[in-house]
Amino acid sequence: MLNYVIRRLLVAVPTLLILIIICFYLMQTAPGGPFTSERPLPPQVLANIEAKYGLDQPHYKQLYNYVVGIVTQFDFGPSYQYKDRSVNDIIAQGFPVTLTYGFISFVVATIVGVSLGVVAAIRHNTALDYIAVGATFSAQALPNFVMAPILIYVFTLKLGLLPGGGWNGGQWQYLIMPVIALSTSFFASVARITRSSMLEVLNSNFIRTARAKGLPETTIIWRHALKPTLMPVVSYLGPAFVGMITGSVVIDIYFSTGGIGRFYVNSALNRDYAVMLGLTILYGGLTVLFNLLTDLLYAWLDPKIRY
Amino acid sequence: MKMTSKTLVGALLATTMMASPLLAAGMHPSTGEALADDQSFTYRLLDEHSSVDPQIVEDTSGADIVRDLFEGLYNQDAAGNLVPGVALSHTTNEAKDVYTFTLRDNAKWSNGDAVTAGDFVYGWRRLLDPATASPYAWFGELMSIEGASAVLAGEADPSTLGVSAVDDHTLEVKLTASLPYFALMTTHGSTFPTHQATVEAHGDKWTAPENIVSNGAYVLTEHVPSERSVRERNPMYWNNDATILETITSLVINDENVALTRYLAGELDKTEVPAGQYPKLNAEYPNQAHSNPRLCNYYYTFNMSGNGNPAFDDVRVREALSLAVDRSVITDAVLQGGQFQAYTFTPGLTAGFVTPDVPSASMTQAERDAKAMELMAEAGYGKDNPLKFDMLYNTSEGHKKIAIAMSQMWKQKLGAEAVLANQEWKTFLETRGNQDFELARGAWCGDYNEASTFLDLLDSGSGYNDGKFNSARVDELLMMAKTSDDTQPLYTEIEQIIANEIPVIPVYHYTRVMMLQEDVKGWPFENIEQNVYSKDLYVVAE
Repeated sequence: MLNYVIRRLLVAVPTLLILIIICFYLMQTAPGGPFTSERPLPPQVLANIEAKYGLDQPHYKQLYNYVVGIVTQFDFGPSYQYKDRSVNDIIAQGFPVTLTYGFISFVVATIVGVSLGVVAAIRHNTALDYIAVGATFSAQALPNFVMAPILIYVFTLKLGLLPGGGWNGGQWQYLIMPVIALSTSFFASVARITRSSMLEVLNSNFIRTARAKGLPETTIIWRHALKPTLMPVVSYLGPAFVGMITGSVVIDIYFSTGGIGRFYVNSALNRDYAVMLGLTILYGGLTVLFNLLTDLLYAWLDPKIRY
Repeated sequence: MKMTSKTLVGALLATTMMASPLLAAGMHPSTGEALADDQSFTYRLLDEHSSVDPQIVEDTSGADIVRDLFEGLYNQDAAGNLVPGVALSHTTNEAKDVYTFTLRDNAKWSNGDAVTAGDFVYGWRRLLDPATASPYAWFGELMSIEGASAVLAGEADPSTLGVSAVDDHTLEVKLTASLPYFALMTTHGSTFPTHQATVEAHGDKWTAPENIVSNGAYVLTEHVPSERSVRERNPMYWNNDATILETITSLVINDENVALTRYLAGELDKTEVPAGQYPKLNAEYPNQAHSNPRLCNYYYTFNMSGNGNPAFDDVRVREALSLAVDRSVITDAVLQGGQFQAYTFTPGLTAGFVTPDVPSASMTQAERDAKAMELMAEAGYGKDNPLKFDMLYNTSEGHKKIAIAMSQMWKQKLGAEAVLANQEWKTFLETRGNQDFELARGAWCGDYNEASTFLDLLDSGSGYNDGKFNSARVDELLMMAKTSDDTQPLYTEIEQIIANEIPVIPVYHYTRVMMLQEDVKGWPFENIEQNVYSKDLYVVAE
């Protein structure tokens, strides 16, 4: 098992390197550069700026310096857009924010989704099941960029209960709406996967055996049915977790949370090369890590899988 | 412009009066209005500002903050007139190429150090020093400071720049050209002083709240990137007694509709009005919705570089397309924010500029349409031989609406077929800058309140002239205007050439449409450059 983990982590190194190279050259092919502006800079001004950031060097050299900087000093470079900050600063400030509301949303979505899915499956074809299914479909149909302004309109303007945005160090009042908006569509997916998986498990032979042995229904559900039910859910949750702690640009835009999702999109629009690369590496690294964790969880959930 | 001693005395008297002890009683010292206990002001920013370093900042939201944190030689009053800042007065020689500023002796940095002429010398050298890599270094060249170009090119040491401290309170600037309006340029953030010891001690991080030393009415106390920035009263500011607002908070809210909702919920004191919502808001909140002119124009430029659509080589086609655009539909039906219909390139409210009579401005739309059809027929285009061309704009809902409206007008009136295309901002700039277009959107906001800031765009040598319009006469007139005392006839002639040659289709001149809480007073509505100084704002008791 330890060997397996080490092997997977070693494979991650070339994976990330290839990711950096592809991303770097993709960036260079995009028209315009970090200092393209409506007021084109006089050539001398532009030359001074490019010299300061080493952008006057050939591409392969820029790439080499960048990778060396990461390996030797863990330095992901400067931001060309926000000149008083480095990429490390931006990640250090924005990532904890994103991680906080992403993680809470993930926990909420998982608990609500799994519970709703299990209840719907146990009470298959009853009113409860229909309500649960109806709720998940509505939740999935409502994108968060529609939901966010509605939440602000209702809770901030009409009811005056919650602040309309901001972060304020992560106080709970500021967390409620972002968490609702981010977790809704995820809990809907989790609930649907859980429900269909649970229905399948409940119809399988070992559950029938358990019932024949006269075990109480709660024991059957909790001890025997839940674990295999979660297999497909877990395979969804791994990537979903990365999605939640990274793909939060909508939340950042509407709730002004200051997370890295907005920085990521802005870096692409502004051609802020180092920020874009740095965040891509962060996302890539997280994806590799959580895929590994998902695989390890499989082994725990399913005795047939051994590494 | 030269400050007379009379205006200076007046300004000084006014500032002294403002410092009277009435303040403590909760009353405005000069207007007598009762002041609210809570003197805080919160406003919305569209996006995170680039920096608060005076020599580095390049966006207007950052420049607004810099104007609160730092103070230059001169400030502007609510009407945009020059009032003393760190400088008390200045003199100039007859040739207007040497300026001597006398600085006040009570100006202090937020750490208690005195603000001296040397701090300005340091700031100006820093602006042009290649090591600073300032995106606004060109402003130093524009100010025609002696040696600016050589320093910028790295050919001369920054110490050779034509700016020197005669003593702690006397700053002398030598120029390479006669600039009558030089003092006006010192309200620009890039000319503000910086504290050398702080910059050298902290490098790029000197503007962080824990490091920054500034000389303005406020100090930066908190900055959470992409979320909020807070500035508070600077007790060391020389005129601190006259400052009323205690705290200013800017919140980054990307979505303007969300910002409006939060404004209506009372979380913000000021926000922008989304396009098309002004009439409704003005009806509902007449004392809060404001529409004021801005020094910006909105236009479409023809590609005249030779790479464009050959049909546009015919001036009749360009004129017909310009005439057929019903500006009133765009300002009154699409934008609905009190924008001005444009028939000239320079906005009519630009200082020292009188909008010249151009024929199309005085015609009715029916007359314009009739003439447009006539011109198109003459040029050989009609229903059976329709004009076809591409029309490019940068991706935005607002620009799209205008482009659709314009293309429909051309289709209905002239049978012309415009193919609309939009590109993301940087791609758009690259495409337009490479003359890889036929008709492209453009907009320009003045760097300073003078017509040349707009008309320079049509100089054949200008880096901003993406349409590559080339008129020897326009170049000549612009050159003459640089040193002329009477520029109006020159600008009138340029505008008339534009009206005849139609290198661009002026569409409208901007307004700033915003919501401002009723209890916030002192807003400089009359200042067309929209330079707000928070020290002049205050909140009255309800």
